[in-house]
Amino acid sequence: MNRVIAFIPLIAFAAMAVYFWMGLRQDPSEIPSQLIDEAVPAFDLPAIEGFDQGLSHEDIQGEVVLLNFFGSWCPPCLIEHPMLMQIARSGEVPIYAIDWKDEPGAGAAWLERHGNPFVRIGDDQSGRTAIDFGVTGAPETFLIDRNGRVRYRHVGVITEEVWEDTLRPMVEALQRS
Amino acid sequence: MIAELGQFLLILVLCVAVLQAGLSAAGLYLKDPAVFGFARAGALVQFALTLGAFGALTWLFAVSDFSTLVVAENSHTDKPFIYKLTGVWGNHEGSMLLWTLMLTAYTAALAWSSKAVAPRLITLTFAVQSAITAMFAAFLLFTSNPFARLWPAPVDGRDLNPLLQDPGLASHPPMLYAGYVGFSITFAFAVAALIEGRADVRWARIVRPWALTAWTFLTIGIALGASWAYYELGWGGWWAWDPVENASLLPWLAGTAFIHSLRVMEKRDTLKAWTILLALFTFSLSLAGTFLVRSGVLTSVHAFAVDPQRGVFILAILLALIGGALTLYGLRAQTLRPTGTFAMVSRESSLLVNNIFFAAAIGLVFYGTFYPLFVTTVSDETLTIGAPFYNATFNPLMGVLFLAVPLSGLMAWKRAKLGQLLKTLSPAVIAALTAGVIAAWMANAQPVTSALGVGLGIWVGAGVLADLRSRIKLFEIDFAASLRRAAGLPLGIWGMLVSHLGLAVLIIAITGVSVWKQETRAFLSPGDSLELSGHVVRLDDVVRLDEDNFNAAVGRFHVTRPGGSEHDVVASRRFYPVRGMYTTESGIDANFAGDVYVTIGDLVEGRGWPVHVYLYPLAIWLWIGSSILALGGVLAILDRGRRSLSSRKQLPGAST
Repeated sequence: MNRVIAFIPLIAFAAMAVYFWMGLRQDPSEIPSQLIDEAVPAFDLPAIEGFDQGLSHEDIQGEVVLLNFFGSWCPPCLIEHPMLMQIARSGEVPIYAIDWKDEPGAGAAWLERHGNPFVRIGDDQSGRTAIDFGVTGAPETFLIDRNGRVRYRHVGVITEEVWEDTLRPMVEALQRS
Repeated sequence: MIAELGQFLLILVLCVAVLQAGLSAAGLYLKDPAVFGFARAGALVQFALTLGAFGALTWLFAVSDFSTLVVAENSHTDKPFIYKLTGVWGNHEGSMLLWTLMLTAYTAALAWSSKAVAPRLITLTFAVQSAITAMFAAFLLFTSNPFARLWPAPVDGRDLNPLLQDPGLASHPPMLYAGYVGFSITFAFAVAALIEGRADVRWARIVRPWALTAWTFLTIGIALGASWAYYELGWGGWWAWDPVENASLLPWLAGTAFIHSLRVMEKRDTLKAWTILLALFTFSLSLAGTFLVRSGVLTSVHAFAVDPQRGVFILAILLALIGGALTLYGLRAQTLRPTGTFAMVSRESSLLVNNIFFAAAIGLVFYGTFYPLFVTTVSDETLTIGAPFYNATFNPLMGVLFLAVPLSGLMAWKRAKLGQLLKTLSPAVIAALTAGVIAAWMANAQPVTSALGVGLGIWVGAGVLADLRSRIKLFEIDFAASLRRAAGLPLGIWGMLVSHLGLAVLIIAITGVSVWKQETRAFLSPGDSLELSGHVVRLDDVVRLDEDNFNAAVGRFHVTRPGGSEHDVVASRRFYPVRGMYTTESGIDANFAGDVYVTIGDLVEGRGWPVHVYLYPLAIWLWIGSSILALGGVLAILDRGRRSLSSRKQLPGAST
């Protein structure tokens, strides 16, 4: 066997190790969104199967809202769900949602089963809108102000602490301003 | 007190493992036979100590000692006792301890069974195994200490994630880990062979049962994971090409290629450098499978925690083990000279083709798993790769590979005759074509995919039977003589035939479950029913159930199949108050034709209970097929070969 060829696996591994190391240094929840203080990307999504209303960027103008990316295929979304239900019941801030890359009907069935905290839901089957938002995984939630600007991005599950310590104070501040 | 004892034992494991790795290496230079004895004893001691530490953690979970951090975070007094025990590995620290326990168990098993292996080879192997154990003991102690204390101790724990409170979870990780970790033995043997500069037929024979054992456990582990997802996630998703599922598939693909190329090495004394490389790859992918998941490098639906310090430690381990082994490979691979040659039409060349396909499949799955991460790392773009990618690439590749399965089994070593082959297989060709046409005609959807899937499955299955028929000369000589020939077939051959038959069953089952599935849903009140392709599902009533750690709405259903057979199934929706989480317990009416899969949601006032019904044709055959696949592995493990390994004589590159 040729000496050089025998080293190819090592070289391939070295390249991969460098890239894993880069990956490690990035805590996905700390990637600042490119969108902070920018207007939300334009989108106009159809309703998910079983619902009448879709969602477009114009629907969320004029008030402070949360925009949640979820999918019925996503176990952490299920973990997050009771918190979203609680926020929705409290009526403090409306939550809109984008059902990301879901099979037709799956999102609606999921909401039927677990309850629906969302005002309106858009169906992003192609994942195009999620790409525009720079979503790295579900669940992910954007805080959007009255002027339709993204003010904060939360990656991962909204826990009790995230809501109480981070999101809620920001929501209240934006609503007062 | 018990926690401190556990921690102390873990420190001892680290000490013994470091000592053993160092001493074994030193002993090889000194050529002192006492070292060989120490290697065996040290292996057993490491196992005993790790077992003690694992026992200590189990005890802490059993008595709900919430002054221990992992127990407080993952257990609860009201949890059923069995899930307190399985909760030991339902968290990062405990599962790493389980991993280390498996590792030392394999090392101990090696010490127990390897009297016949040459002292230099086995001592080197122990040195490598101990080095791996030392790294993981250090990883546990420094970044994932399962015995860390929590003060003041909380009154009660935070409970185990309810999705994980399931018999599937109890058995899935231990099996999977037994598979991953089993490949550490073949890895250690491969490194030892590289250091020795010799890998021969004898080496292949020593390594084969270990590779097969690991492969069998991994097969069972993956099947259990798939069945857990099928039953527990509430929509029958048994495989979703999730990065974590891929992480277990990658070592399985590499391991499957490895056991095939190992056979070539054993029979023909060739493909050596490639086989050794596969041994290294398989364990590397196993490590990656365990740790990229754990480190948070892979963001996926399974990732439980992101902890950069752990990630760095894990990466250091990967660098040391994989980087070290591949460096050694680069330096030493050319010393492994093959003696056998290849003929165009022969079993060894068909197995080489098999390996090329597996390598390509590994590449595809690897790309699909890591490329999205790569893109996010180097740019602001994000993308996901899902089922459509694999359907378009992985599935056709596997399809072509499966075409070759019966051919390969029937080809002789060294030189096979193509004409004879086609004659033996002609019934299989006819069976496959017929089955394909029937499938296309009967299918409720996607006739072409149905025909391909069923045709391929029948081709593999009938091909295996044709192979068996020609081996025992059934219908050529009298029946009793055929039976005698069957009884005389080596277990390794039976293992191959049975595994390939399991594969055939799996191909057809996968086609049924994924291509022919149907679903419907509706709001039902008690007494209402729902119809799907002749299956009638009636909601009889919904009752409330209060258990210690959850409460549930339990829907009782009555299922009538098109044939008229009737069954009662129960589907429920559970609420776990400690974590505020819901889980869906699906109700399944299973038979050999397929599953009727029923789930129930939360009552919507004025509309009724949301009920979702899925039909999964042939679903049960997924589990039967995987079991047959694993059974083949077990049979092959039991094959000890015709000549005893303990004979001192080197074996010639014989062929059957």
